[in-house]
Amino acid sequence: MYDHLETAENPENLKRVVIDPVTRVEGHGKVTLLLDDDDHVRQARLHIVEFRGFERFIQGRPYWELPVLVQRLCGICPVSHHLAAAKAIDQVVGVDRLTPAAEKLRRLMHFGQFLQSHALHFFHLATPDLLLGFDSPAGRRNIFEVLKEYPDVGLEGVRMRKYGQEVIRVISGKRIHGSAAVPGGMNKALTCEERDFLRQDIDQVLGWCRNALALIRRIYLANREHHERFGLIHSNFMGLIRDDGAFEIYHGGLRAKDASGRTIFDKLDYRGYTGILREEVRSWSYMKFPYIEALGKENGWYRVGPLARINNCDFIPTPLAEEARQDFLAQGAGGPVHGSLAFHWARMIETLHCAESIRELLDDPELLGTDLVVHGERRPEGIGVIEAPRGTLFHHYQVDENDLVTRANLIVSTTQNNQAMNESIRQVAAEYLDGQTITEGLLNHIEVAIRAYDPCLSCATHALGRMPLVVELTNAGGRMLDRLHRRADGTVSR
Amino acid sequence: MAEKLTIATTSLAGCFGCHMSFLDIDERILALAEVARFDRSPLTDIKHCRDRVDLGLVEGGVCNAENVHTLREFRRHCRILVAVGACAINGGLPTLRNPIALEECLQEAYRDGIGVENPQIPDDVELPLLLDKVHPIHEVVRVDYSLPGCPPSADVIWAFLSDLAAGGEPSLPRELIHYD
Repeated sequence: MYDHLETAENPENLKRVVIDPVTRVEGHGKVTLLLDDDDHVRQARLHIVEFRGFERFIQGRPYWELPVLVQRLCGICPVSHHLAAAKAIDQVVGVDRLTPAAEKLRRLMHFGQFLQSHALHFFHLATPDLLLGFDSPAGRRNIFEVLKEYPDVGLEGVRMRKYGQEVIRVISGKRIHGSAAVPGGMNKALTCEERDFLRQDIDQVLGWCRNALALIRRIYLANREHHERFGLIHSNFMGLIRDDGAFEIYHGGLRAKDASGRTIFDKLDYRGYTGILREEVRSWSYMKFPYIEALGKENGWYRVGPLARINNCDFIPTPLAEEARQDFLAQGAGGPVHGSLAFHWARMIETLHCAESIRELLDDPELLGTDLVVHGERRPEGIGVIEAPRGTLFHHYQVDENDLVTRANLIVSTTQNNQAMNESIRQVAAEYLDGQTITEGLLNHIEVAIRAYDPCLSCATHALGRMPLVVELTNAGGRMLDRLHRRADGTVSR
Repeated sequence: MAEKLTIATTSLAGCFGCHMSFLDIDERILALAEVARFDRSPLTDIKHCRDRVDLGLVEGGVCNAENVHTLREFRRHCRILVAVGACAINGGLPTLRNPIALEECLQEAYRDGIGVENPQIPDDVELPLLLDKVHPIHEVVRVDYSLPGCPPSADVIWAFLSDLAAGGEPSLPRELIHYD
């Protein structure tokens, strides 16, 4: 693999090239490359540069605030955090099973979010690379140019995203940061009028999803060898799975497979995640590096998200997406598909599944039920796990007798792809940049590899940041008594 | 045709929700592209403002040294600077960390957290220094307009941009103003 490029032996003698900020991703990250005199890459790192500290500052908040509070981790997939927190809080109020209407409304909202988030990523963020070229001029690589050059494609993307956002709005009152899930259920039933409003367009949306899938398939296969090799790494995969092995995004057990497709574990109750996963801290990123403990730090890292879910499941329970899954897996010649750019293809299979599932749900009479909340006996702890658009999302809370949060742990999807994204950019650096004169177009290759994972660096910054640069000690009158200065190299002076 | 309005956008200590709300203008993005051109933005690959920009939209408050730097770049380049959303205007939800010592937050995430291996506080030179508090952007630069909401709705953003593109003084009808 490429892990020898994580840390150079003599960084002080190397040239530094930086991509800052990484663009067309959600959130704040940068890439640093260290090159020797002959332009050989000696080190490549994706740094997550922001830190917010949710785990600490939600301590002391009442548990019922959590779904609306923690969704502010992320404006792209707020529904993920809203629902993962809600599932954890269901447990805190002693509820293991929601009413059918409440669960179906949550699922509908979740499918809506997958649709909007995947459409946003594919069309607004990724198609500038995929349709205009990795090397096209930086000034052209954006959605506006795609809308100009490929107006039909761009507009369908805009409308797919719009539909997903409308599903969310109808259920939660707002497209972004609405309010829907409450402890043990949902806060509002769906009316016939709202259901019919969403029904109007779903067939058309389904058609757009099929077009999007056909588009990425065509792009991928048009230059198959290059697309398979680009950012290619081999990894374990992890995600939720339904009891019967079906593709599942709202509730299920944990399954992990190794690079050859052999099962590492299956149908694990996610409430036991602390016995399975650990998160390593490295000094150069605020994003931690999770791994499967039983396999150890070196070999236990894994990928989550669309590629993991499609590789891991036994089948997809809607016909068009299942057909697409089988077609896709034929690329892997019997084993999992590993190419990083295959994420895009897997993502569009999921989008199609979401549209199919939304149509099914809108025809389900139970969706309009008005019995929405269940009550139970208070428990001190809750763990909620779902598949977010970018992968498995863990929310874990402990709550005291005054209903206040005492402890919180969040493992977000993007964090679990941290090692994989770093490995992928090292692959690209080694295979495409090494020994070359670095150009803007080549640097975009690095970003293309990162974008394949659709990282949400907003989510990944939930942990907080670095020590202040200057510490001043002043007396009550404001006169400075002492001053400590920490330099960039970490040394401290007075 | 008149010169296009140039727009730059950035997200500081925010969640990208305001950028997503901007994209919630949906098909109106085509009409916008007729009258506006995008400069530095996470939606483009322009990493730093090129020359003068008419309008700078800033999401998020200020939580680290890099945010300060970016914000000052925006103020230098943008004729009109807009605080978009609760975090840019007041600091927003990330300010919940302000009553807590920074070190405690770091300890919780990187030393005492559940399942943490190799506990240490990340401190590489590549990581921007964190401020001890999260600040609204008006404490760092002059702000010309504020669009309230968490996030401001697409209709608010659209009304604002339309007024500006037409060359008028932006004004929001009362029913569009929400703070949630």
